[in-house]
Amino acid sequence: MPENFARFRRSHEFWLLSVILILVVGLSVMTEGFLTLQNLFDLLTSYAFLGILASGLLVVLISGGIDISFTATASIAQYITMLLANKYGLNWFIVFAMASVVGIALGAINAVLIDRLNISSIIVSIATLNIFYGLLVFITGGKYIYSLPPWFSHGIYWFEYVDADEISYGINLQILALAVMFTLTWLILNRTNIGRQIYALGGNREAAQRLGFNVFRLNILVYCYMGLTAGVASLIQAQLAQSVAPTVLVGKELDVLAAVVLGGASLAGGVGTVFGTILGLTLLAVMQNGLILLGVSSYYSQFFVGLVILLSVSATALSARRKRKGVMTE
Amino acid sequence: MPTFLELTHISKRFGGVQALADVDLTLESGEVHCLVGENGSGKSTLIKIISGVQPPEAGGKIIIESREYSHLNPVESTRAGIQVIYQDLSLFPNLTVAENIGVGQHLGGFHSVDWNAIRATAKRAMERIGVNLDLDVKVEDLSIANRQLVAICRAMAADAKLVIMDEPTASLTRHEVDALLALVRELKKKGICIVFVSHRLDEVLEVAERVTVLRDGKKVGTYDAKEMNDHKLAVLMTGKEFHYDLAAIDLSARKTVLSTRHLSRKGDYKDISFDLREGEILGITGLLGSGRTELALSLFGMNPPDGGEIHLNGKRLALTSNREAIDNGIAYVSEDRLTLGLVLEQPIASNTIVTILDKLKGFMGLIPQAARQSTVDRWVKDLSIKVSNTNNPVKTLSGGNQQRVVLAKWMATAPRVLILDSPTVGVDISAKDGIYEIVRGLAAKGVAVILISDEIPEVLYHSHRILIMRNGRITGEFEAHKSSEDVLRVAVNA
Repeated sequence: MPENFARFRRSHEFWLLSVILILVVGLSVMTEGFLTLQNLFDLLTSYAFLGILASGLLVVLISGGIDISFTATASIAQYITMLLANKYGLNWFIVFAMASVVGIALGAINAVLIDRLNISSIIVSIATLNIFYGLLVFITGGKYIYSLPPWFSHGIYWFEYVDADEISYGINLQILALAVMFTLTWLILNRTNIGRQIYALGGNREAAQRLGFNVFRLNILVYCYMGLTAGVASLIQAQLAQSVAPTVLVGKELDVLAAVVLGGASLAGGVGTVFGTILGLTLLAVMQNGLILLGVSSYYSQFFVGLVILLSVSATALSARRKRKGVMTE
Repeated sequence: MPTFLELTHISKRFGGVQALADVDLTLESGEVHCLVGENGSGKSTLIKIISGVQPPEAGGKIIIESREYSHLNPVESTRAGIQVIYQDLSLFPNLTVAENIGVGQHLGGFHSVDWNAIRATAKRAMERIGVNLDLDVKVEDLSIANRQLVAICRAMAADAKLVIMDEPTASLTRHEVDALLALVRELKKKGICIVFVSHRLDEVLEVAERVTVLRDGKKVGTYDAKEMNDHKLAVLMTGKEFHYDLAAIDLSARKTVLSTRHLSRKGDYKDISFDLREGEILGITGLLGSGRTELALSLFGMNPPDGGEIHLNGKRLALTSNREAIDNGIAYVSEDRLTLGLVLEQPIASNTIVTILDKLKGFMGLIPQAARQSTVDRWVKDLSIKVSNTNNPVKTLSGGNQQRVVLAKWMATAPRVLILDSPTVGVDISAKDGIYEIVRGLAAKGVAVILISDEIPEVLYHSHRILIMRNGRITGEFEAHKSSEDVLRVAVNA
């Protein structure tokens, strides 16, 4: 497929992949700790939370909307679920179902406000972020939950493997959930009509309406899916942290947004892929991890992340402009 | 030919406005039917009733292939084979050609995507009308003309029996318009009825068999296109007689205001020499891309030439910015009034005085409100701009009145040379006439005017002299009163 390859070479994903490879090679040479099984395993485990949220936000961005309230949604889902799990025992299936339902319900609130009142999604989600978060902290008094049910604290470990230093690896809860959510997102976007309708909606809202797409239903689906990912992400984060802290998650939404935008999704809607999002997240993770391994202060790390986003977005904008010129002179 | 659709006694009222009053219309299979009328004549409302977006009032009947409806909804309309191609084409730029064509058949509901079916549908639609586009290319990477083909293919995929095209030629070059008209004839052969809604009367007559004219929500009549011409249609649409033809003036007796000698700019235009005299209206026409607009921008200091000279009142002029051009008494009304000529959200008054803020400003650089208002009032009166309040945003005005505001803004600078680039695009015939009158009045006061347009009648009837541009060069010069539309058309397309 030389034609497909040529298309891939011009894509945002190809560019990202190249940058990541250069970074990986550079970091492997410059540091001892980067290219170790332990480091890569830790990276995957600790970025699963951002990754799952990124897959939800990707869908929202493609539809032409935006949501920044999902960290508050995740905090609430996490708090309610763990509170009840402590009280009633429960099991894996029920806690995930519960967190998902809380997430979906809060997502539906966003969707209804955005669609029915026709307010821009950024405004709605800034408001709901504050409402959700404010209520949570007010009601809980900001109290942490330190003791989780033992089965939950233990987590899941499949295909366990213990190396010479007695460090164990395997498919843990975080990696499993990340893989499931990325796969699910990819299936929805590329293999269902709803997914293509979401792309269409983001590409040209008015045309979608004229064709008779049910825009309200699509909005409900999109924001509820975001809520679902927030619910799932919140539990794997609680499992990793071994505690529930109502004030810890809010503030991470911009990291998630950064990963998705780095991955090529456009805030204007209609554009973005799961593969791109994975690469965007990888770039973010490798960069942050690499800078720590190189002994760079974490403030610098933030500076570099910002710089890379700026460069990436500028590169995309420039190539889009060149492309437009090409079409004009055709 | 069999009747496909019949409308009888169709009326529609929006609040206090009677958008349509007792309109009858029949459309036959395999005919090209043009719908013309000024803005607000009811064309769009009629289309909305046919496409099921709006119901007509009680008493109206819609008969499609002998099935009777009192009103339609969009689904019924689509199922009956009615497709509307809107001016903005309603495409999804981020999706592929195949998806855009097959979207109506294959992307509804909630199940897995059948990519093979989508591609097959798209292929079949393209074959039906004999076009060949790459199915996997995103629509945003296509030219406007090809995007239009995608929109037509989508209508074909939906098994259209009636295709309504709203202003399909608005953003096409002449060459592309010809290709589109050829395609329309092809559709017609297949027994499809095409309704063409267009402002450009010459194109309308080229392709149509029948023309229906609407005015103020009423049907003026349906006519055989062969018996019509631009002038007759204009009269039917507006109910007014227009007096075209500008009295010839003795140019040799007049002082030269602006002249160019061997003016060139690589890639834009070459070896341009002409003289523009006091009180003269000089028309410049040519196909899109002939260098007209680029030349105008150079005269306005925005697109510096790389060779040759410009003289203003005998003095050599080397403009480096439009600010200098304005200071030298040159004004330019741009082609794209919506994005370049006006700040649509801002009040009419602010738009009018924006070019002369320096002259108006008083103490500490502030604009005295009294002076502002009196200036604005004077222009509103002089150009008879219809406004209820000059503090309303410009976007609340009609196209014709917006264009008057643009003219006012430039006339406020008291220009000696006024360059008008396509000044009547998107403006109604009667509003057009008002603009021509203003321009004539200016010329009579001694302003030298350059009128750029791709509508041949416009330059012919409203200029003293006409230059033809082609591939960046002047290829012909005609005196308007000794020329005709046909002569000019041949010269332009030569």
